[in-house]
Amino acid sequence: MLEIKCPYCGKRSQNEFSYGGDATIKRPQLGEEISTEDWDNFVYYRDNPRGKHSELWHHVSGCRQWFKVSRDTATHEIFDTCKMNEDFNV
Amino acid sequence: MSNSFRTTNSTGLINKDKKINFTFNGTIYHGYEGDTLASALIANGVHLVGRSFKYHRPRGFLGVGVEEPNAMVQLHDGNKSEPNIIATEVELVEGLKAKSQNCWPSVQFDIGEINNVLNRFFPAGFYYKTFMWPKSFWMKIYEPFIRKAAGMGKAPLLPDPDRYEHNYEHCDVLVVGSGPSGLASALAAAKNGARVILAEDKPNFGGSLLTDEVTIGNMSGKEWASDTISQLKSMPNVILKKRSQVFGYYDHNMTVMIERVSDHIENPSKYTPRQRLHYIRAGEVIVSTGSIERPISFGNNDRPGIVLASAAKEYMKVYETLVGKKPIIFTNNDTAYSTALEFIKNDIEPIIVDTRDSSNGELVKEVQQKGISIKFNSGIADTKGHLKINSAIIGKLDSSKESFISEETVECDCICMSGGWTPTVHLSSQAGNKLKFNDDIDAFVPDKKRQKETAIGAANGSFTLNQSLAEGFQVGFDLSNKFTDQNNPTNSPNSNEPSYEKHEKLWCMPLPSGKKPKRFIDFQNDVAVSDVELAIREGFRSIEHVKRYTTLGMAGDQGKTSNLNGLQYVSKIEKKIVPEVGHTTFRPPYTPVTIGAIVGREVGNHYLPTRKSPIHTWHEENNAVFVAAGLWQRPRYYPRGSEDMNSAVNREAANVRKNVGICDVTTLGKIDIKGPDAPEFLNRVYTNAWLKLPVGKARYGVMLREDGMVFDDGTTSRLSENHFHMTTTTAQAANVLSHLEYYLQVVWPDLDVNVLSTTEQWSGIAVAGPKSRDLLSKLFPDVDMSNEGLPFMGLVDSSIDGIKARIYRISFSGELAYEVNVESNYGLYTWKKIMEVGQSFDIQPYGTEALSTLRIEMGHVAGAELDGRTIPFDVGLNSMVSQKKDFIGKRSLSKDAFTESDRQTIVGLVPLDKKTKIPEGSHIIEDNSAVAPIPKLGHVSSSCWSVEYNNPFSIAIIKDGKNKIGKNLYAVSPLKDISIPVEVVSSHYVDPEGSRVRS
Repeated sequence: MLEIKCPYCGKRSQNEFSYGGDATIKRPQLGEEISTEDWDNFVYYRDNPRGKHSELWHHVSGCRQWFKVSRDTATHEIFDTCKMNEDFNV
Repeated sequence: MSNSFRTTNSTGLINKDKKINFTFNGTIYHGYEGDTLASALIANGVHLVGRSFKYHRPRGFLGVGVEEPNAMVQLHDGNKSEPNIIATEVELVEGLKAKSQNCWPSVQFDIGEINNVLNRFFPAGFYYKTFMWPKSFWMKIYEPFIRKAAGMGKAPLLPDPDRYEHNYEHCDVLVVGSGPSGLASALAAAKNGARVILAEDKPNFGGSLLTDEVTIGNMSGKEWASDTISQLKSMPNVILKKRSQVFGYYDHNMTVMIERVSDHIENPSKYTPRQRLHYIRAGEVIVSTGSIERPISFGNNDRPGIVLASAAKEYMKVYETLVGKKPIIFTNNDTAYSTALEFIKNDIEPIIVDTRDSSNGELVKEVQQKGISIKFNSGIADTKGHLKINSAIIGKLDSSKESFISEETVECDCICMSGGWTPTVHLSSQAGNKLKFNDDIDAFVPDKKRQKETAIGAANGSFTLNQSLAEGFQVGFDLSNKFTDQNNPTNSPNSNEPSYEKHEKLWCMPLPSGKKPKRFIDFQNDVAVSDVELAIREGFRSIEHVKRYTTLGMAGDQGKTSNLNGLQYVSKIEKKIVPEVGHTTFRPPYTPVTIGAIVGREVGNHYLPTRKSPIHTWHEENNAVFVAAGLWQRPRYYPRGSEDMNSAVNREAANVRKNVGICDVTTLGKIDIKGPDAPEFLNRVYTNAWLKLPVGKARYGVMLREDGMVFDDGTTSRLSENHFHMTTTTAQAANVLSHLEYYLQVVWPDLDVNVLSTTEQWSGIAVAGPKSRDLLSKLFPDVDMSNEGLPFMGLVDSSIDGIKARIYRISFSGELAYEVNVESNYGLYTWKKIMEVGQSFDIQPYGTEALSTLRIEMGHVAGAELDGRTIPFDVGLNSMVSQKKDFIGKRSLSKDAFTESDRQTIVGLVPLDKKTKIPEGSHIIEDNSAVAPIPKLGHVSSSCWSVEYNNPFSIAIIKDGKNKIGKNLYAVSPLKDISIPVEVVSSHYVDPEGSRVRS
């Protein structure tokens, strides 16, 4: 079980969190004209990297904040976590 | 022969003043406090414990602890029965019952032993080769036969009566294993101020110090261990745990440890758990798990009475028990000589067989000084004795050590063998450590760590006491310094131990002349040298493949004594060095763990949390049958007298249509939404328009996922300009909240809106039916309940007996209906009040079944239709989709597949005979007589008995639904093997104009 540092609460066990996918995905603007291909890329297509990955986690059984985690998908090493309006330090 | 194999000294750890009676295979024996089942049996001269897995060969004890591959027993009986327990790990307790397994009719005479005679038909991989043809034999003949023959003990058929607990611990330094290095590191870390947990698998701390003749400082090793434990015990920052096995090392330094809490206690308190599972998140883990002695492969090396030399020594020194009185010590190294010396101390003269040409080790010299001659350059070729060893054939090795030049038969009653030592690297490897091969000790040791884990002492390949202690004190101090600022190192005391000469790289003896006895490598799985040879001959090269083909290193002991000997043999045949062959993966658990311990207290009703509405007790008192809705317990129906479910549901639903019904809808998700951007937010979340919803009005809303599928629906009300009350379905309540939080925090953080779950703050009571207005008028006399005063989708605040109440005029049943919301604590009171006043209106409670009936008749969609595969168009919600604004998921709706006109859409179905109920999940097909594969038009999502028309009615989602209305099709259920002719009708079966809700 991973140990994740919530930027609001501190270190907590993984079972307090839920995973929220790739943190680098940007939702298209409301009302934006967008091709089906671009829309499908937003809705469906995700990279599946081996190694460093920026991802979202949600502290569902805690402060209920979404935040960013930089994690190695192969070793599970967590390099950094930060609030949504912050950037990783490492 | 009661305890005739006890030593006469009393320097061990058993208490000969306290007798303990136990039963093995129906015979009553006794042992002493401090014994294990293994030591007590050996003391009684019992070596034959069970039969081997494949050949049903008689087997006894090989080891003395977790490494034991053979001595598995079935413990206890009835609901406490437990299979495959290794006798070396069972502490003796009064009345303990154990029996042999994998034998019939008895362990002395086992019919399955015919497999041993027929062993040439059971080579490695025989499963893959033998039962291949004819194909039809597999299911009916081979498979049942193999099942019957396979397996060891018998799983109990009754529920486990014992209690198991889980515990979560945090510490700076976890030390696994309490041998010299473990004790040293725990002491150093604790003295430096770190929070330390020291875990020991055995009932006594000390590890090898309990059996080795060494001195540390001015104390014996055993005294030093006991002194160190006393020091640690007195420190508030230390937790000491014995009988505790750390069996798993997971991510982020999470380790899991199983503690045997009460198995060794005669009458444990009812509230004492049997075992406790500890999840330990450690800052640093010190792996001081020691090493395990290796056996040597030679002819018939599996007979009862053939043990590891270290085990024989521990039985003597700790348990005051002799594994035999005519021992042969067979070794390729010096350490076995300490076992020889222990025998000599007990006035028994062992025969010593050493594969090496000579040794000048101190222990060897000591043995020689006692006048014992050593057969150097020799090996054991074969053994004899069916149920217990009675003689060995000792051979003189030739110079290549590939064959014997002469052989002699020697009587014996035990063989104590030693093939050197294997560091116990399991935990390091589980932690992701890349092991390296150490040629000096011929074993793998931890190397490149991935987690915060450090192996020390024998587990790190440091076999001398000086090294172990030095590493322990240094590492304990260094690691603890990360957590404290005391900077207080502890010096390693001087220690004394004998010097050892090098072992010989020889683990497999040549065959005796003219014979081919089995030379076992893996005792638990009956894998012999010949099986490994066969696997390689047949082309298996990867060690992982050799493992799976031969089953070497599998099963309960996971190859603790066999893995390296197997590797070494493969490397010999393949003429590769061991590191090139590699090693198989070490996975948790290190030792078998009872399922009960893994489950802990999460059994029965504690498997999941149970959510109950504040009105729950009333439902119970009124005979409700409950159904789980997620975690909630909801009344399904309220049978009267001998009523069955169908009659009760029809009565409840019909009463809503005719009079008035009351339903507990507390479980609906409720979300409080506040902020200046709340209307704009709802406008983006829902498919319909929200900006112009007036204060004091509710509106039905549908929300989608980004992929266009309907996510949830519900009514949301505007309480004031910037304050909304959202309701969700019971099932999606938590997901909708996360969804809203995601968009507010991640996607549109610029929106000034706050959301908060208020599901448990409100109790909701639906009052539905033509008489509901009259009832509510009586309950809330100061509210104008007329159609003008409180119109459909209106809401009003009022009170009942001084309790604040909010009344919504909303309807799921399709009838004139209201929903009364009060603060949760007043839910029960309010419900009772409504029931009381409602008596004169023929009020009846209705459960989820009637609720479903009512909504299905009306064609209202619910979870069965909103199954994550339907867009608004499919379920008749297209009018809810605004063309003027953008919202979550809108772009998906214009994708090609989503705009096809013949998509599967919602319809109603009525069976032509008006009698046969259509099973939910039935497939809809056009031609009942067509040959498979028959094109499927869709499926039945919901079914009910229409109380309005008194015939079955279903909702289905079928291809080009709208244009199928009026047609006859078939609903088929292959599961129930029925085919029902049906007519397609509108899904709005009752009151399609929706006039009742507005009446």
